[in-house]
Amino acid sequence: MTEINKDPLLSVRNLGVVYETSQGPVHAVTDVSFDVQENEVFGIAGESGCGKSTLIKALLRLLPDNGVATADRCDYRGSALMKMEGEAFRKEILWQEISMVPQSAMASFNPVYRVGDQVVESIQTHRKASRAEALERASELFDVVGLEPGLLKSYPHEFSGGMRQRAMIAMALSLDPGLIIMDEPTTGLDVLVQERILRRIREIRAELKSSIILITHDIAVIAEMSDRIAIMYGGEIMEQASTIELFENPHHPYTLGLKNAFPSITTMGTELISIPGSPPTLIGPVQSCPFAPRCPFDDAACHAANPAATEIAAGHVVRCVNYENSAQFRSLAKEKSTWLS
Amino acid sequence: MSSSRTSQRFRKLRLALREHYRIINSNKLSQFGFWVIILFTLVAIFAPWIAPHDPWEMTYDSNGNFASLRPPSWEFPMGTTHLGYDLFSQLILATRTTLLIGVVSGFISIVIGANVGLIAGYYGGKIDEVLMRITDILYGMPFLPFIIVLIALFGRQLEFIILAIVLIIWRTSARVIRAQAMSIKQRQYIQMAKARGASDLRIIYRHILPNVLPLLLLYAAFNIAWSIITEASASFLGFGDGETVSWGGMLYELWLSGKTRVAWWWFASPSVCIILLVTSLVFVSRAYEEVANPRLRKR
Amino acid sequence: MVVLELDRLSCHFELTPGFVDRVIKRKPPSYIKAVERLSIAIGEKEILGIAGESGCGKSTTCSMVSGLLDPTEGDIRFRGKSILGLRGDAIKDYRRSVQMIFQDPYESLNPRFRTVDIVAEGPRALELWDANEIEQRSLAMLDAVGLPSGKYAERFPHELSGGERQRVGIASALVMEPEVIIADEPLSMLDVSIRAGILDLLREMQAERGFSSLYVSHDLSILGNVADRLLIMYLGQAMEIGPAEEVIRNPKHPYTRALIGAVPIPDPRSRRAIPNIRGDISKPIDPPPGCRFAPRCPYADASCSNTFIEMETGAGTLHQAACHRLAEIDNAGS
Ligand SMILES: Nc1ncnc2c1ncn2[C@@H]1O[C@H](COP(=O)(O)OP(=O)(O)OP(=O)(O)O)[C@@H](O)[C@H]1O
Ligand SMILES: Nc1ncnc2c1ncn2[C@@H]1O[C@H](COP(=O)(O)OP(=O)(O)OP(=O)(O)O)[C@@H](O)[C@H]1O
Ligand SMILES: [Mg+2]
Ligand SMILES: [Mg+2]
Repeated sequence: MTEINKDPLLSVRNLGVVYETSQGPVHAVTDVSFDVQENEVFGIAGESGCGKSTLIKALLRLLPDNGVATADRCDYRGSALMKMEGEAFRKEILWQEISMVPQSAMASFNPVYRVGDQVVESIQTHRKASRAEALERASELFDVVGLEPGLLKSYPHEFSGGMRQRAMIAMALSLDPGLIIMDEPTTGLDVLVQERILRRIREIRAELKSSIILITHDIAVIAEMSDRIAIMYGGEIMEQASTIELFENPHHPYTLGLKNAFPSITTMGTELISIPGSPPTLIGPVQSCPFAPRCPFDDAACHAANPAATEIAAGHVVRCVNYENSAQFRSLAKEKSTWLS
Repeated sequence: MSSSRTSQRFRKLRLALREHYRIINSNKLSQFGFWVIILFTLVAIFAPWIAPHDPWEMTYDSNGNFASLRPPSWEFPMGTTHLGYDLFSQLILATRTTLLIGVVSGFISIVIGANVGLIAGYYGGKIDEVLMRITDILYGMPFLPFIIVLIALFGRQLEFIILAIVLIIWRTSARVIRAQAMSIKQRQYIQMAKARGASDLRIIYRHILPNVLPLLLLYAAFNIAWSIITEASASFLGFGDGETVSWGGMLYELWLSGKTRVAWWWFASPSVCIILLVTSLVFVSRAYEEVANPRLRKR
Repeated sequence: MVVLELDRLSCHFELTPGFVDRVIKRKPPSYIKAVERLSIAIGEKEILGIAGESGCGKSTTCSMVSGLLDPTEGDIRFRGKSILGLRGDAIKDYRRSVQMIFQDPYESLNPRFRTVDIVAEGPRALELWDANEIEQRSLAMLDAVGLPSGKYAERFPHELSGGERQRVGIASALVMEPEVIIADEPLSMLDVSIRAGILDLLREMQAERGFSSLYVSHDLSILGNVADRLLIMYLGQAMEIGPAEEVIRNPKHPYTRALIGAVPIPDPRSRRAIPNIRGDISKPIDPPPGCRFAPRCPYADASCSNTFIEMETGAGTLHQAACHRLAEIDNAGS
């Protein structure tokens, strides 16, 4: 990491999102705080349905009508994102400054226009560029994501799932934004293409000094790419630390469980220990630690109140009442019997 | 089980209504339009009870004088015709006719248009070719000669007027819905329905239809508005049903009487009604258009 | 016994040319050869994994097998009978037996259907059971994939997260109790613990009812776990096939080697090796007639791009690779 005392690029404090549904309010994101520094890759990992996409939709003000976001602070380079005029936000921030590869990347193209035209249009609406220049830039970007520039002329339905996803990544890179948010950018990609894209993104980042928020459930990708990682569970950030610190000195029982459950090609055949039980459905307010029902180390305090986030070392934040016992947890977590009892 | 299912259905209905409520309240104009439509509908339903006189009753004022060509007053709020008919009563009963023709022909035309559009768009190929050639022919058909021939053949009856209007109007909705159906057909969820074993008809009516529904409602409103205009112009030209009063018919009577320059009130009330109802329908349909066509939607 | 057999299956797409190219310059049309002479046989209760580069024709193969896309050449046989051109009840029977899980959960769920209705759609369309039973089974299936029906049954797709959508798609295929499941990246948006739950569900159903499956995934560690045999594809061609573990542990084909070498490892201190292949874009438009991997293969010589190799890929065949220079590469490797 670079100098800590520099102002962060993006600073979020106590962000919460509630969806109104006919079954009651869904607390999709609760009390989330984090900073993204300049020129940093910030990874967010967590189970399906834990609120990762909701979190970034709230940042980009793309929540559906039934979702309401509240935050004490949500600043990008000092300007409060949530308080900006809608028009100004769309014009100056969205795509220009913060671009996004949505999780629905494969479905995000308009089916009636050629893919190339859509990339060109997005470049031309924000930049003064002739069509030829924009097209040039589009081919360049297609090359970055490993697509043959000849495919610019195709329609979205002529692309495979992974090709559409790559085209969307190209589009997100097109305006050299300061922050790129990628929601599961590699789900549809094979490892070779993935490796290539991640490598190129790393190069681009070094060149442009832009930051990335990378959301994925693939721990291997996040381990390889990010400088810092936040682990989410049930709408909250459970643990947040630099990548090396998180992998070598994890404190939260959920982080330990997640690491155990991850298959690796080097360990094929050995049995994986997964966390039994199912994730919370987030309906109704949170009154205890959301992980307590599945946690092998839970005690009365865990069920009594939702623990506050504690900074246990510089930049390492944990949300667990028993974080002091983490050394003991770490050794116990390696035994399968711990998780089954 | 069945009770839970009815309650479920009830909830679905409530959710759907809430959605419509939201669409209509999304802007002032559509709100205004909505209430105007409700007002006209109430008037149409209760017309015989509201109207003080029979539309073709010669009226006399409180002094017992024959009330011919009276401007609006307390007794005759919208004045009278040269034959002493009460225009207020005529207008109210005409609302009924006009709305009936509008709704019935609007409804029939959207049903035909939707089916033709969905079938042509979904199957494509020869079926599409044939259906689209038929609509092309209708596009080439000039309205007036067409309606004159129809009425000459069948006579000036309400049913045939509706038929004539329907034949003219369904073509636009068929075209638009066909285009929409063609694009939805490409979507992967239709492929999925096919893979799950849904038959063509099931795909058309259960999978595609709900997705063109906003567009369908939009065109239903347009079609009603167009039917009302068409009916008014047909009646004004003397091709209306002579047995019933309609707004266009009232204007036709005015024309026949030769009193156009004198009796401004005779002219004013039906015209205002036509304009008010048609624009209201357009306002409401605009609100639906934003739903049907996300490109117009504000982000 | 062979359940499903693909016999030299090909699918070519003509690229939509621009107006100028077509009418004025009169260029011949370009083709994307999405699948080229692919032959595979899937046995009773066998799970055949397919992996390969993005855009190599996996989804196209799945669509052809599900009867959604007509092949340009070749044949698909289900229990010995060709499925091409089936009509009426025959196609209904086939649809009942062979179900597909679609790749993109954002595109494949009808936005106007609630989750229960999405799951119940197949049984309703084919009238498999009476209305009540269909509903019960659909709700039970939602529970089984980890979406408690009390909380999820009435939601619309736009109220679900990516992984939740994906599970709705899985439920809607499994509820039909098919004999063959064509799964196109069914678990790509799920984290490991939910994945494990669904894989357990599949194993349970497999033990109970015994289905065969064509299982497409980019995740080689999952394939190593669930698949009996593994097929590796590159730009529409079969590159290597064999018992799954064997292919992963002892890859023969240069492409497979590169692919397996590039799998990331969940450890921030390890860096994966730069893959041993040339160039880095695969060019699907108008590919060479021979081995499609030749332009990027470090071992290729001139003959590679000219002759096509067909593998003998019947059910239960051994580990083999479609490579002209296998012997030389083996020597170089050891
Ligand atoms: N529009 C909505 N209305 C109600 N609930 C919603 C809505 N959108 C999402 N949710 C719920 O909020 C929770 C968080 O959803 P989100 O999309 O943020 O998950 P996620 O972490 O991105 O998961 P995944 O990895 O599966 O994409 C989920 O339980 C989901 O069901
Ligand atoms: N309808 C179509 N028209 C033209 N080309 C198409 C069409 N569908 C697919 N293709 C092309 O066929 C090739 C194979 O596509 P397919 O969707 O089968 O890939 P895939 O192996 O599923 O890839 P991914 O892992 O990225 O989903 C791609 O190059 C794609 O561009
Ligand atoms: Mg998500
Ligand atoms: Mg695919």
